[in-house]
Amino acid sequence: MGSWLTDKHIRFLWVANLIILGGAALVSRGQFLDPYNFQSMAKQLPEIALLAMAVMLAMISGGGGIDLSVVGIANLSAITAGIVAKSVAAGQGQGLEFTLVFVATALLVGTLCGLINGLLIARAGFAPILATLGTQLVFVGLGVALSGGPAVSLGYVEPFVELGNGSLLGLPVPFLIFAGVVGLVSWILTRTRFGFRLYLTGTNAKAAYFTGIKTPTILISTYTLGGILASIAGILIASGASSAKWDYGSSYLLIAILIAVMGGINPEGGSGKMLGLVLAAVALQMLSSALNLLGLSNFLKDFTWGLLLILSIIFTSSWTRFSFSPGRKGPS
Amino acid sequence: MALTSPPQTRSPFSVWQALVQRPELLTLTLVLLLALVIGLINPVFFTPQSLFDLLRASTVTGIFALGVLLVLAAGGIDVSFTAIAAFCLYTTTLLVLNVAPDAPFALPLLISIGFGLLLGLLNGLIVHRFRAPSLIVTIGTQYMIRGFLLAFIGTKHIMNIPEGMDRFGRWSLFQFTTAEGARASLPVAFLLLVAVALLTWWILSRTLLGRAIYAVGGSVPIAERLGIPVRSVYLFVFGYAGLLAGLGGLVHASLNQLANPFDLVGTELDVIAAVVLGGARVTGGTGTVIGTLLGVVLVVMINNSLILIGVPSTWQKVVIGAIILLASGVFSRRKLA
Repeated sequence: MGSWLTDKHIRFLWVANLIILGGAALVSRGQFLDPYNFQSMAKQLPEIALLAMAVMLAMISGGGGIDLSVVGIANLSAITAGIVAKSVAAGQGQGLEFTLVFVATALLVGTLCGLINGLLIARAGFAPILATLGTQLVFVGLGVALSGGPAVSLGYVEPFVELGNGSLLGLPVPFLIFAGVVGLVSWILTRTRFGFRLYLTGTNAKAAYFTGIKTPTILISTYTLGGILASIAGILIASGASSAKWDYGSSYLLIAILIAVMGGINPEGGSGKMLGLVLAAVALQMLSSALNLLGLSNFLKDFTWGLLLILSIIFTSSWTRFSFSPGRKGPS
Repeated sequence: MALTSPPQTRSPFSVWQALVQRPELLTLTLVLLLALVIGLINPVFFTPQSLFDLLRASTVTGIFALGVLLVLAAGGIDVSFTAIAAFCLYTTTLLVLNVAPDAPFALPLLISIGFGLLLGLLNGLIVHRFRAPSLIVTIGTQYMIRGFLLAFIGTKHIMNIPEGMDRFGRWSLFQFTTAEGARASLPVAFLLLVAVALLTWWILSRTLLGRAIYAVGGSVPIAERLGIPVRSVYLFVFGYAGLLAGLGGLVHASLNQLANPFDLVGTELDVIAAVVLGGARVTGGTGTVIGTLLGVVLVVMINNSLILIGVPSTWQKVVIGAIILLASGVFSRRKLA
């Protein structure tokens, strides 16, 4: 039933994407179809889609799974990595070392943060929403404390800025990185034993546990993977802005949740596909670029995103209701 | 509900049991401990002036929190109430300024509450009709309401709020001048929080509706089999949360003498944290008014008073996060046991 439900979502998303694309092309008199516009969209998409992917993993794992700390992890990773990289490889001609140290530190911090979330949820039995609300504040607070408040400036370091700004064969580097991550994570979800066990845990944790799956280990790995994804987003944000700051992307959290839900990830756990997530992220990105192109207010964008989310709930839900009556569930 | 009576300790183990049955006792302990620590380090905290500041700061958060409490008790969650509050306070101010700038406070109050009620009912309707998780629905409505407000209604701060709101905001219950010459006052608006708290307590503890809310929060299928009208319960809790958002928003604008459409949104997780720290579980079926009020005092104290004891502002968020983790850690132990 899970995949059947998501298929409805994916159909809705294809239709939404086509309507947005066609509408934007018409209203902007073809300007929207300019390759330059697509390039800039492909550059903006990855940051937020990676954060949404982290939220998606937490949601799939079930038990009210959600990760509110993704933005905090992204910024803390970038701030720590910036400070470390600047002190280790500050000299001229050390651009490559700088980049490597930065990326390694950021990934390490992301792993640690995700591991902390996972341990709090799986070992200490915290509700995910509370655990990650608390760690979000702690991570943001650590970012403030480490940087002292103002942005950590990274300067123009050659290979590093390419991560967020460069392009290869006409495609933006952040998009290529994103495509690689999408491929890897969907392989993990659909082709590995871990992915299978993750969906099973999300569907029914008790049943999964009694079939011999070590559900705590699954949860810890899932939140750790989410931390790593968030830190990749942090690297891209820092590289794009040439700096790291505790309040970058403060509006990203709800957008990330929005993308995950619009993508058909069931917040009650156990179902959700990478394709849905990517389609939802693309739809929101196109909508936001189209509204920008038309010179409309940013606030209209918020309104439209909210409307789209409610519409996706209405359409996907009423379709299901016509076919069979779903189990009655309370709000969660 | 008797907050003042100490826990009945029959054996050494029953302290823990008392905590299990009355999670708000833990919140009370945390509030008292924190107050003691802050007061010992900086005696300024124990002056009536700082008490008034604390109560003043708790007024709006408390009104919001009591609405959230009902939604949580029924097993839902609402993150749209700050957007509803901002919408109500700004639209009401604009409307009253243009139509009847000299009207008494009752007019903007009724308009704001009305808007809030309608938007809240919309949340409840979508959540029930489409069986959608309320977190998701209210994220959507939050974006819609705030986007609509800022895109179509206005983005300018309004400094000269209507006469009635202005006078209400300045109206003091107690007022005195301290030895240092600073003026301390407790606004009458605080009484609104008291009234809302009494009403919410009455609904939850003395009416059939209150029983129905806890039952729906405990298990929807069982509640349905008991013949509880689940639809009405959803409409009521979300409508009530919206109504209180409208009330809180208007009080907020009156107290600050400013209608700012960018206000409040972004603080919803603080309010939810306050309710949860007061002992309501995110999974529904529990939560008390006393606990929620204590949770609000705790969060407001953490937010406002850490500066008094010299916690550098850069470390404040770490401390707040750690306290939330600590408290939710104790509550989750209760769940595992």
